[in-house]
Amino acid sequence: MAAFDSALDIRDAVRSGRASAVEICTAALDRIAAADGPINAFRALAPERALARAAALDERRSGDLPLLGVPVAVKDNICTRGIATTAGSRMLDGYLPPYDAAVIERLEAAGAVIVGKTNCDEFAMGSSTENSAYGPTRNPWNLDRIPGGSSGGSAAAVAARMVPLSLGSDTGGSIRQPAALCGVVGFKPSYGRVSRYGLIAFASSLDQIGPFATTVADAALAMDAIAGHDPRDSTSSPAEVPAFGRAVADSDGRLTGVRIGVPRQLFAEGVDPEVLAAFDAALEVARRLGAQIVDVPLPYNAQAIPVYYIVATAEASSNLARYDGVRYGFRAGGARSLGEMYEQTREQGFGREVKRRIILGTYVLSAGYYDAYYLKAQQVRTLIRRDYDQAFAAVDLIAMPTSPTPAFPIGERTGDPVQMYLADVFTVSANLAGLPAVTVPCGFASGRLPVGLQLTGRPMDDAQVLRAADAYGRATSWSSECPAPTPASPSR
Amino acid sequence: MSHRFTREDLERVARLARLELDASELELFSHQVAGILAYAEQMQGVDTTGIEPTAHAPGSAGAMRDDRVLPSLPREASLPAAADADVAAGLFKVPRVLG
Repeated sequence: MAAFDSALDIRDAVRSGRASAVEICTAALDRIAAADGPINAFRALAPERALARAAALDERRSGDLPLLGVPVAVKDNICTRGIATTAGSRMLDGYLPPYDAAVIERLEAAGAVIVGKTNCDEFAMGSSTENSAYGPTRNPWNLDRIPGGSSGGSAAAVAARMVPLSLGSDTGGSIRQPAALCGVVGFKPSYGRVSRYGLIAFASSLDQIGPFATTVADAALAMDAIAGHDPRDSTSSPAEVPAFGRAVADSDGRLTGVRIGVPRQLFAEGVDPEVLAAFDAALEVARRLGAQIVDVPLPYNAQAIPVYYIVATAEASSNLARYDGVRYGFRAGGARSLGEMYEQTREQGFGREVKRRIILGTYVLSAGYYDAYYLKAQQVRTLIRRDYDQAFAAVDLIAMPTSPTPAFPIGERTGDPVQMYLADVFTVSANLAGLPAVTVPCGFASGRLPVGLQLTGRPMDDAQVLRAADAYGRATSWSSECPAPTPASPSR
Repeated sequence: MSHRFTREDLERVARLARLELDASELELFSHQVAGILAYAEQMQGVDTTGIEPTAHAPGSAGAMRDDRVLPSLPREASLPAAADADVAAGLFKVPRVLG
């Protein structure tokens, strides 16, 4: 039993006694040690905690746990008690959270084994994982390219088959875009589906935690573990949680009668032709499976990037006010007064992208500019939401390419924030509208660079999104492709 | 909106956000933030007359709960994360506030 089998296979093997949780955990740790050097997917490993946990599972023979013995990696902006949690920032260098996030408690209760923390853009702000204070993560398919971001480490860890399952957070595409660029499945649940208790906040009206996996069935299994109401997150929904794994397992693998809308006018410019070709071929597969493909207009989606970057930075400027050097993390030395300490701590502790966004967010909320930027963006957000409401009166799902381009070279966009922000052009609107959205591998562009198909569903209809993505995944073999097992050293 | 984001705007906002930017950041950010705002200008062409703003994702606004005191992290678990604290006394320590 190798560590890179699916989560379902691992669970079944441990349940039946064909493998022990300790063997599985050891294999995952070995694989990480062998493969992660040039990729830099992991920030911190927790081998002692993981092996102790695995041994306890073996000891107890906890037969029916849904993720029994499954090794999981967790984005470094999700708090893990006693395991360094930095959110990719110098500001939290050495921070050991005194508590576990709700999703960690739930994963462990389901029998999962947390093996370590994955690299990300600082405070989840970025689309390439180049903004981490601890160096970039590289794409396992091509080490000169970015893995996407901000959850690039979680995507790369699954793509390189170091772990079968990982968690990320998605504020504007930070699960789906890196999943697409690394050729794995990534799911952003409906807003409110998963508790954010213990997630380091970026933009609170947009943030959501979700899984990366090699199959949709595994992502559904992870959702079964992490979804559900939590009184410690007042935005978590009290709505009943369907059995996602069951919904996928019981599906006949067809898309009979499913109406899929395609907002074709949004792809008129800026989309790579190879991405578009893979997307069109994926629609053809969906049609063969019984889906009806229809054009839908989403006119206000063209405004999604400016709206997103105003709303998200405004919320971030408020959320990141808490980093003042007093209660946790980094504090600048040598300040002569409290005010100086705040200013120097924030200057030295935050990286440039974070400062840029705090500046932008503070500006759009400041007197004289609030109405023109923040209020206007909130109003256009309403129109984007209505776009979707109207579309979902006629269709069940909306399909788009997940990313307009395949993975771009490291360093290509770091000097041009607007170009970097455009990497999120097809992902941010699901966050603005609170919708569930998945990406599933749908082919390759030149140079074996993965391309992803995004399916977005109605609010709280996460099960429909997963069922359709699973049908597509089962009808194609893209999800079983993986990068060369022993990555060469980067050429630069 | 025809106002262009200036170096003075940047300095004012940096003060509000308690960021002590260095000279190279002042130079870089004044151009980059102006560029981002120029890109966002396209939003101004959208007619939003009478459109309600969305501040929360649908379905999430207005969650209410009773105002009850519940257990939370004990001080001795939280204070060790601080750069400077007197755990025994239960206090964070900071530089002098008043001269």
